[in-house]
Parts: sequence; C-alpha cells; structure tokens
Amino acid sequence: MGRDTLTGSRIRERRLILGIRQAELARKAGISASYLNLIEHNRRRIGGKLLVDLAQVLGVEPSMLTEGAEAALIASLREAAADSGLPVAELDRTDEFAGRFPGWAEVLATNHQRIARLERTVETLSDRLTHDPHLAASLHEVLSTAAAIRSTASILAETGELEPEWRDRFHKNLNEDSLRLAEGSRALVSFLDESDSSAERRGVPQEEAEEFFLANGYHFADLETGQATPKSLVASAPQLISDASRMIARSALEQYQGDAALMPLAALQEVITSEGIDPARLATHFAAPLPVVLRRLGVLPADILGQDAGLVICDASGSVLFRKPVTGFALPRFGASCPLWPIYTALLRPGVPLHRSVVQQGRSALGFDCLAVAWDHEPPAFDRDPLYHAVMLILPRREVPEDAQPVGASCRICPRRACPARREPSILKEEF
Amino acid sequence: MSRHVVLIEDEPNIAEAIRFLLTRDGWSVDTHGDGSDAVDVIRAARPDLVILDLMLPGKSGLEVIQELRAVADMRVLPVLMLTARGQLKDREMAERAGVTRFMTKPFSNAEVLSAVRDLHAQAAQDVKDTQKTASGQALP
Repeated sequence: MGRDTLTGSRIRERRLILGIRQAELARKAGISASYLNLIEHNRRRIGGKLLVDLAQVLGVEPSMLTEGAEAALIASLREAAADSGLPVAELDRTDEFAGRFPGWAEVLATNHQRIARLERTVETLSDRLTHDPHLAASLHEVLSTAAAIRSTASILAETGELEPEWRDRFHKNLNEDSLRLAEGSRALVSFLDESDSSAERRGVPQEEAEEFFLANGYHFADLETGQATPKSLVASAPQLISDASRMIARSALEQYQGDAALMPLAALQEVITSEGIDPARLATHFAAPLPVVLRRLGVLPADILGQDAGLVICDASGSVLFRKPVTGFALPRFGASCPLWPIYTALLRPGVPLHRSVVQQGRSALGFDCLAVAWDHEPPAFDRDPLYHAVMLILPRREVPEDAQPVGASCRICPRRACPARREPSILKEEF
Repeated sequence: MSRHVVLIEDEPNIAEAIRFLLTRDGWSVDTHGDGSDAVDVIRAARPDLVILDLMLPGKSGLEVIQELRAVADMRVLPVLMLTARGQLKDREMAERAGVTRFMTKPFSNAEVLSAVRDLHAQAAQDVKDTQKTASGQALP
C-alpha cells in the first residue's frame, strides 16, 4: 500500500488523538463534514491549500500528513511513553517526532522493546526462583546443611569443656555435613548452569521463535517439498537459542507441515490465481478444515497470496501463540490485546466462522477484513472438556467500510473513547 | 521448675546440636523427626515450648501448627519455627496460623538460646498476668 494513499488516515488519526470532532475540523478548514469524511477514509485525494489548512488546524507540518511515520514506530513510541510512568507533555506530537527525527525515534523505540524484553527475562528468572520446586529443594538442602554445620561448629568452638564422646560425635557430624554441603552446592550449581548453558543472551522464548519465523519470511519452502523436517529446521536455526524457543518453533512448524500437506503449494497457487482467496471455497476444494485454510493463507508469501496478510493464533486464555504482523494492524508484543478482536469473538462460538470488517483505532485508521474461527485442537473425547484454539486471518483493505467495527491494539495506547471493553485508561485519553 | 522442649526437626545433626545446647542450658529435650504424628507427640509430651521445622517429611510445619492451634489447651503453647530463606509466603501463612516466633536457617547457637529463653520468660509472664486478672475478677 503506497504511502501517499494514507494521508486521509493520518488526518483522521491526528484528529482523534486531539479529540476534535469531524464537523469541527471540517468547519475550521472550510469544507463540509461529509467531504472531510471522504478524505479521512482515503477516498478523495488531498493536496495544496486544503492540506496546508488541515495541517495548520491539526498543528502539524503538512509533510507529516502526506508522509507520516510507520504506524508500528508510533505505537512503540507511545508504549515507551506509557511505560516510562512520566507525564510526557508532547504525547500528541509523537508522529511529528517520528517524522522529523526518524533515526532517533527508531533508537528510542528499539531501546524500549529491549527494555521490555529484559524485564520479561527478569520476571521469568524470579518466577523460577519462586516456583521451581527443584531449585527450592536444592536451596533448602544447602541451607539446612549450612545450619547444621554452623550449630555444630560453634558448639565445638565455644563450649569450654566438652566430653570426648560428644566432641567425637560432633566432629563426625561436621564431617558428614560438610560432605553433604559440597554435594548439595555442586548440584545447585550444575542445575543453574544447565539452564544457562544454552545462551549468554537469554531472550524470551516466544520472541526467539518469532525472530526465527520473521527471518524466514514465515515461509519454509524446504518443509513444503519434504527436503527438511521441523526437527532439522529447528536444529539449524541460529535464532533459536533456548530449549523453550526450539520447542515452540518446532510445534508451530509441525502444524505448518500438516497444513501444507493438506493444501500443497502448487495446487493452492493455481486455485488462488483462478478463484481468488475465498477461504470457504478453498476449504471445500481441498477438503481441509477452515482453521487449516486460514493458517495456510496467513503464512503464504505475498506474491502467491496476491496481497499482504497477518495471522494470529491464540488459546482459550486469549494468550497469543503465534503472530505474524501485517502493516497497520498493531499486535502488542507482550500483554493482553484488545478484547474486541474477532479472534476472541470466535472463541465464544467455537466452530462458527466469523467475518468482520474492522478498523484499528489510533493508528492509521486502516480497514481490515478479519476471518476467524475457533476449533478444538485435541481429538474430541467424552472424558475431557474441549481445548479450543482460535485463528484469525487479517487482510488489509484499501478503504475503511462504513460498517467497520472499531478495535484497538491494547487499551493503554488506544484513543477510543467511551469503549465498553476498556480495561485500563489510555495514556492518550488524558490529552483530550 | 521443669523446662521441657519438644524439637520437631528431620535433620538429625541440627537436632543433635540443638538438643546438646538446650540440655546444657537446663532443658529436657525430646526430639522427633517426622511431621505426620508430630501433633500427637507434642500433645503427649505437654512441653513448655515447641521448636518446629517448616519443611518436614510427612506433614509440613505449617499443617502441624494449624492442627496444634485447633487443640484447646495448645493454643497458648509457645512455638518457635525454623525456616530457610526464601520461604516468605509459607512464613506469612505460618504467622497467621499462630507461630510465636521465627528463626531463619542458618542460625547461630546464641540466637537459638536467646530465642528459647525469651519465649519461655514471656510465656511465664503471660501465665502470671492471666492469674492476676483472674484473681482480680474474682474479688468484688
């Protein structure tokens, strides 16, 4: 999607952030509200004096509206502002900052992501200290032995006259306990070492897996042709450092392999060229379940699919298991996303395919077609409750349809006012 | 005056060291290394003081203190609990369950002695206070 086509979206986003009503902006710029509406939905090209006027009312350089900055960069900067905990006075000028100093903005955004990653690592490690039973048992063993040694040693050192039988007994105890302490501490060290040996840079496993998929463009030609296996791909991936990330990547690749077997690339490409990407028809054509079709389409290279696509897979807790970002649709890196996403609606009605037009608030106000369905990912059985996963295919549209449902990325950086789904205040809201 | 302590600790060498220390200090010491029947042992011994380890085989020190406090004449018995570092959550729960005082492993012998003496003196004082109040109430 060309940059110049998004001028209207940027005007809309800027207006929403400032909390100006459409009619008000139109009046100040000397145009009708309906004309502004067309502009904001990228249905009228805009330039010249009108652009200058609108930019003036919105308090930005006209070039900010025509060129803009990457939505993802803006989102990162806003997250950085939110996480800093400091009142950032220039929050409403984030896009201007990103536009005028793209290099610095990138540095700030990258550092913020790095901080978030490190914080997660610290959390993981402290979780381990608290919850890992083996570690707790090892530590307890060492401390108990140290306690025994300390008591015994100080009896020997401090008691003036000690009967020989007692003295011998305590010497024997001391000897036993020091041996136990040596073994216990060695066990503890090797336990800590073992989990550390894989990496000097300990990232979050999901993040490593994501880097691996991103580096491969989410497409694995060798896996499709059978020249590689999930195991061999994982083993040779430099991005997958920890055992946990290898496990995550491997299970995602196994699913990929299964999906590809049901819908082989060559045949799929042929059908897409002749019939387009109607998931329901593809499901019938390949006799493949709908979740398979959506997953398959979501990771197809853009030149085969004919357009960009994003993909999200989550479990019933709403935790994102797999994410392939697409330009303009912000997927939060960590933490909960927007409950209005159709993928969560799909979880409420398992097996029922959902098609929703959505527009993500607070970004470039782009439109997206979201196709979602939830399925029991284990074979059905009478003796257990179903375990649902849901998948959502995200297809960008050029325009925002009138009936598009507003959704967000996550509450903190969402400018939508009076949202019934809001969990926590937005950092943008205070600026209104 | 008899001074009787029951020590519930599964680590034999710690038990032995504490037993030695307290015996020298004039206590009679019973030791027991298992959590599952600890409450019965304590009830049968009717000691002046209990030293209880948090991590015990069979039943945790936390469960032992909970059961002990449910017995009518064991509600005011002073209990000194031994914990290791990093057991903060358990410790909070044990405090609510009625542990009188905590000691963190590894501890020094002086700490053990002063903790035990303090608890005993405090318990004796409490008994005196209760008697005073009781006799005070009895008078018109």
